[in-house]
Amino acid sequence: MRDFEYSRAESLDAAAGQLGDGASIIAGGTNLLDLMKIQVMVPGRLVDISRLEDLKGISEHGDGLRIGALVTNSELAADARVRSGWPLLSRAILAGASAQIRNKATTGGNLLQRTRCPYFYDTAMACNKRTPGEGCAAQGGVGRMLAIFGTSEHCLAAHPSDMAVALTALEAEVEIRAADGGTRLVPVRELYRLPGDRPDLETVLEEGEIITAVRLPAPLPRTRQVYKKVRDRASYAFALVSVAVAVEMKDERIAAVSLAFGGVAPRPWTDPEAEQALIGAVPGDDAFATAADALVAQASCHPDTEFKKPLLRRTLIAALREATGLAESAAATPTTRTPA
Amino acid sequence: MRTRLTVNGEPREIEHDTRTTLLDALRDQLGLTGSKKGCDHGQCGACTILLNGKRVNSCLCLAAMHEGDEVTTIEGLGSPEALNALQKAFVAKDGYQCGFCTPGQIMSATAMLEELRAGEPSYASASLEGDMPLDDTEIAERMSGNLCRCSAYPLIREAIAMAAEVKS
Repeated sequence: MRDFEYSRAESLDAAAGQLGDGASIIAGGTNLLDLMKIQVMVPGRLVDISRLEDLKGISEHGDGLRIGALVTNSELAADARVRSGWPLLSRAILAGASAQIRNKATTGGNLLQRTRCPYFYDTAMACNKRTPGEGCAAQGGVGRMLAIFGTSEHCLAAHPSDMAVALTALEAEVEIRAADGGTRLVPVRELYRLPGDRPDLETVLEEGEIITAVRLPAPLPRTRQVYKKVRDRASYAFALVSVAVAVEMKDERIAAVSLAFGGVAPRPWTDPEAEQALIGAVPGDDAFATAADALVAQASCHPDTEFKKPLLRRTLIAALREATGLAESAAATPTTRTPA
Repeated sequence: MRTRLTVNGEPREIEHDTRTTLLDALRDQLGLTGSKKGCDHGQCGACTILLNGKRVNSCLCLAAMHEGDEVTTIEGLGSPEALNALQKAFVAKDGYQCGFCTPGQIMSATAMLEELRAGEPSYASASLEGDMPLDDTEIAERMSGNLCRCSAYPLIREAIAMAAEVKS
């Protein structure tokens, strides 16, 4: 690990004042320290915000919740209000990482974690995300975990978060302390940038901005929520594909639906066309297949990720069956629940 | 720089570089070599400790960030003369082969049994609410942050199930 200055921030304003000049915020550190050890990230200063009480705790906010940026993944997944009103979020978090990591990783850090693309991790290989303009070794390389939507010739990396996929489907917003000390809100759906020709620019956060919380809006009444994740081993692995579904049924038809997809894009992926194909439909494999076909038609695959198209298609159909009550969820997969 | 913290109930002070991880401080400065450095990247769980009662990977903690915190390592759980319930169960069930991952397995299982008592669900739980039985699937899911390259998993799960019964 390269040497760095360390400072513990006594307040949010003090933390903001210490940013810039290659400084990085540290909270849980589960991703940052890993990347510092292999010198993929080499901040000259770490600003420790882990003691800031203002960024801790989950509070009621209107009919929704305000989740402090320092709330750990474990704390959030186990919160009784989240479990009953937003079970999709608990399920997605519990599908990610290990218990040890979830005890330390924070809500803000989870959103800002970096890709696990092997070429980003390997400093001997070209990576535009790590060193802009260097090239992308994933093109023509190997990569079962690469993205199939939203990529560019400069970057094929996928965003690894499960939590962010659920937050996208649940239409959460990120609360940000702006560099001038004000507060701005950005929907999670709009937090991430697509790589284009600058894969190193990953979010719309500006220099000096700090995520302070995530705001969850009230859950739609009568929604049924499912998170379905497919991975190479049963636990503690990143998603090959994952699907978050929140469905509202009315008169035995789909009245509203929100979909988000993980492991397939540089951000939690969304597809209004697939959602539109389901609204008003009687639940059934015909309607589900129409939506799934619309989704995968947009995919652009590296040879190693061709398998993700049929896999994502089947995973979406299976998740929709569960969410609409056509299939009982198995014990080891996310349940469908009706919030009180 | 200096950091004061409580380790296995004793106040300790360490002098260290900003880059020193809690794992390296425990092993190299305090001589507590029960916590193992396996991967040093949070993937294997051999360095698992309790930090303020919660299980974490000590390789992914900077010592500088833990002023005033309470750390429990495997040395704080029992002694060769007086093993605790989990340690006894690992011996009784032969829940290891080479033993390198065992301290991390036992620290992780210690916290896992507390999480169960608190009613925290896992990815394997059928329901997010109510009692979840501690079956083999639940143990496997909840212990997935601890690798055993000898693959003693079936016996590790049996040992944890045995200790859970003793405790309840």
